[in-house]
Amino acid sequence: MSELRSAPVPAIGAEDHVRGPADAPLVIEYADFECPFCAALSAKLAGARVRRGFRHFPVRSSHPRAWAAACAAEAAALQGRFWEMHDLLFADQGRLEDPHLWERARRLELDLDRFESDRRSDAVSGRVRRDFESGVRAGVVTTPTVFAGGRMHAGEIDVAALEAPGG
Amino acid sequence: MIIQPGTAAPDFVLRRADGAEFTRADLEGATTVLVFYPFAFSPVCTDQLNLYDEILDELAAQGATLYGVSCDATYSQTAFRERLGVSIEQLSDFEPKGAACRAFGVYHPAGFPQRALVIIGPDGVVRWSYEAPSPSELPGANLIFDGLAAAAA
Repeated sequence: MSELRSAPVPAIGAEDHVRGPADAPLVIEYADFECPFCAALSAKLAGARVRRGFRHFPVRSSHPRAWAAACAAEAAALQGRFWEMHDLLFADQGRLEDPHLWERARRLELDLDRFESDRRSDAVSGRVRRDFESGVRAGVVTTPTVFAGGRMHAGEIDVAALEAPGG
Repeated sequence: MIIQPGTAAPDFVLRRADGAEFTRADLEGATTVLVFYPFAFSPVCTDQLNLYDEILDELAAQGATLYGVSCDATYSQTAFRERLGVSIEQLSDFEPKGAACRAFGVYHPAGFPQRALVIIGPDGVVRWSYEAPSPSELPGANLIFDGLAAAAA
């Protein structure tokens, strides 16, 4: 049967992008780089004492460049610069066309040819798709949605509550 | 109450975007997922159709076709679909208003479909149904796949 049937949100694994103190409460975000609410939450989480795991949840019809932006972040990840690209994408959501993605790659001093072929590769789109499907299985319907302390939070997310141990 | 699994789909007439009829006969031979939603252009319906548009390939791989159903006129539904940029085919229950929704047991007394999902097998028998606890609640796409799994069991 389908891989999209309901299941708990997967635990953080080797493939995930994680940052923050190892002993801080874990927050798994499902987000989309073209979503303004995701950018706002990301800025708040940046100032919170949490350990963040980021997963892609691009919905193309609402955000036509979300998928391309997610793939750009994964292509940067293959050169060890996921979080830097993540921050640059959220910092300027009005500029997500290809030339804007190349400009970010240049600023991060990535190998541009490799970035360009990676972001269009099946491996990278499969990586984004796996995140999306794990979110669907866990019941994510809108962005941003976060999982913390065994609970799902969506809509107006209280970041201070996420900092408390056990979410 | 929403139509229950094991019940034959009722007779109904919905309208496709081009005005052609979509009836019980159109359910035969394929698994059908009917997504009843309250209003074109309303905020939750927008998120719902955007999300479901992302799973159409997986549904097709399981031999299932998903349709959006509301009481909006076909022109409004088409404008909604084009505005969202989704490919989900829309079916209109405009006149007599809500007759098909009533037949499936999902008509809200305030004049719109409840947010509900109905899966009908290729034999025209309802296999699974779900009504959201409130119209503002968006059923996850995972529920559709749970429903298909239950339908196949």
